[in-house]
Amino acid sequence: MIKAIIKKQATQQCALKDKLISNRRGQELEILIGDFMDQECAEWMEQTKFRRNVFQSVFRELARNKYLYLLTVPGLLFILIFNYIPMLGVYVAFLDFNPIKGLTGSEFVGLRNFDFFFSGLDWPRVTFNTIYLNLLFILGEIVSAIVLAVVINEIGGKWFKRVTQSVIILPFFISWAVVSIFMIALLSSDTGLINNTLEAMGLQSISFYSSPEAWPGILIAIRIWKSAGYGTIIYLAAMAGINNDLYESAKIDGANRLQMIRYITLPLMKSITILLVLLALGKIFYGDFGMIYALVGDNQFLYPTTDVIDTFVYRSLRTLGDFGMASAVGLYQSIMGLILILITNKIVKLYDRDASIY
Amino acid sequence: MKTRTWSDKLLLGIFYIAISLFALVCILPFLLLVSSSMTDELSLIQNGYNLMPQKFSFEAYKLILKTDVIYNSYLVTAIMTLVGTVLSMIVTSGIAYAISERRLKYAGVISFFLYLTILFNGGLVAYYLLIVKYLHMKDTLWALVLPGILSPYYVYMLRNFFRTVPEALSESARIDGANDFTVLLRIIIPVSLPAMSTIGLFYAIGFWNEWFRALLFIEKPDLYPLQYIIMAIIRNLDFASSMINSNQQIATVVPALSARMATTVVAIGPIIFLYPFLQRYFIRGLVMGAVKG
Repeated sequence: MIKAIIKKQATQQCALKDKLISNRRGQELEILIGDFMDQECAEWMEQTKFRRNVFQSVFRELARNKYLYLLTVPGLLFILIFNYIPMLGVYVAFLDFNPIKGLTGSEFVGLRNFDFFFSGLDWPRVTFNTIYLNLLFILGEIVSAIVLAVVINEIGGKWFKRVTQSVIILPFFISWAVVSIFMIALLSSDTGLINNTLEAMGLQSISFYSSPEAWPGILIAIRIWKSAGYGTIIYLAAMAGINNDLYESAKIDGANRLQMIRYITLPLMKSITILLVLLALGKIFYGDFGMIYALVGDNQFLYPTTDVIDTFVYRSLRTLGDFGMASAVGLYQSIMGLILILITNKIVKLYDRDASIY
Repeated sequence: MKTRTWSDKLLLGIFYIAISLFALVCILPFLLLVSSSMTDELSLIQNGYNLMPQKFSFEAYKLILKTDVIYNSYLVTAIMTLVGTVLSMIVTSGIAYAISERRLKYAGVISFFLYLTILFNGGLVAYYLLIVKYLHMKDTLWALVLPGILSPYYVYMLRNFFRTVPEALSESARIDGANDFTVLLRIIIPVSLPAMSTIGLFYAIGFWNEWFRALLFIEKPDLYPLQYIIMAIIRNLDFASSMINSNQQIATVVPALSARMATTVVAIGPIIFLYPFLQRYFIRGLVMGAVKG
């Protein structure tokens, strides 16, 4: 009780003191308040300063820019619901999850789901396939994009340039479902165009849909087909930024076109290439579900080379109905993915301050 | 001197051939698709898929257009794309504008809130459970649209673009008494129309090509989007037969092979027709996103 009164007094005096200090004659009047009060005041201020300041400044900021903050509310709500709430769902990884019993009714089993996954044979396979295929994709995409960009950059003829550019990004607009139809028309064993052509030339036909060893090659080819145009445009934009004087002076020195590409264009593409590779490496633990599932689907013959973490998780969830394990594998992927993104972003930031997306 | 120009000419020749070949490879599957959709079923079974139809037949088109399936899924895809893109643009431009304003003290906190979703996610199971079990969106259009409303990447891209709008423009409007809503609607968006249409295009293509959410959340055939119809046809040729068989009782050859090609042609038709118009914005958007990082 007494404490409360003292506190109240202190508050009033603090307020008074603030007022006085802000007053011009504050310095003179301050002496009158006395040492005791000053000490009391300081102590109490110390205790409440932090909290009061934070709340006050947050509230003041929200009020001052209330319309701007209102504009962010719908977006933040969507993110909260569809991205943050599922993060709590990683809890399922530690349950013997039963859809009927739900999150609260299912039995807690600790690390059993992880144990099951890591002691099985699927773990090394899906991890290896995910990383291996992604490395192939990164390599294929970057190399093809650089080559195509150099070629388009060198050729003359505005019309020809524009048409080829338009044509090579066309596949980027097509869904994996449609690409899968293309593949059926090309690769089917009895009716596909490739096998028809092989037979017409008197060669042995290949049953692509039952030869897993062919698929890393097929997938990388499709990947280049679908997204080389996208990368090309990024590189072309970078090449457009090269100062033309460099080429002019090289020409005077007697360089031919190949030398100009080799000693001017390509070295200047180094930094953007490192950037693109690092950003892609950050996502190396995430398989391209859309691609693999559309092209391979439930074709068990091809699992040895094409089954990635994402398709494995999907199958555990939908075909086997094993929520717990699917969730455990998903969590393993998320954590590995997080580590890799953090590492690569760190390197990107060291390498180029402005480059990271956030 | 002469040898140099010769080698340059040779190089240029190789370049022309290489790029033409690659461009040809890019459109070849499209030609194969269109050609086999117009091929007679028996000829397709006997001779396989070819770049030129050996025997023309529009039977597949006639049959798939006779049923409701295509129209229905077209409607689903159109609604999904339209509603999705409009909602996405409203939400994305709002948040992007807010964090593009330098006077907003917590802009960094908000971008970090978005960025965290790129770093870590709850995984497929939690996502599935949330939508099916807790939000009860299974077999609704909402399940196709709402989870894809906001992409942090597009928010960052749009924010970067909004930052290039001269501050004097919005400042003068604010002096005239406009609030932030009005500034966004009357000044920022009209000035940034190219960027807005690019991001809108990205979202629209994403929604148009979406089938993953249908795979997870849709079991009612009435709600299948176009792309998912294609997936269903790939997985199960009988689906194609059942599509046409429903009002075709006479047992001739059911053109299942050509029907699935024809369905695909119908599904990508709008993209191909709009393509010359789309790709201009698309290239601009890629450059915009790429150069800014």
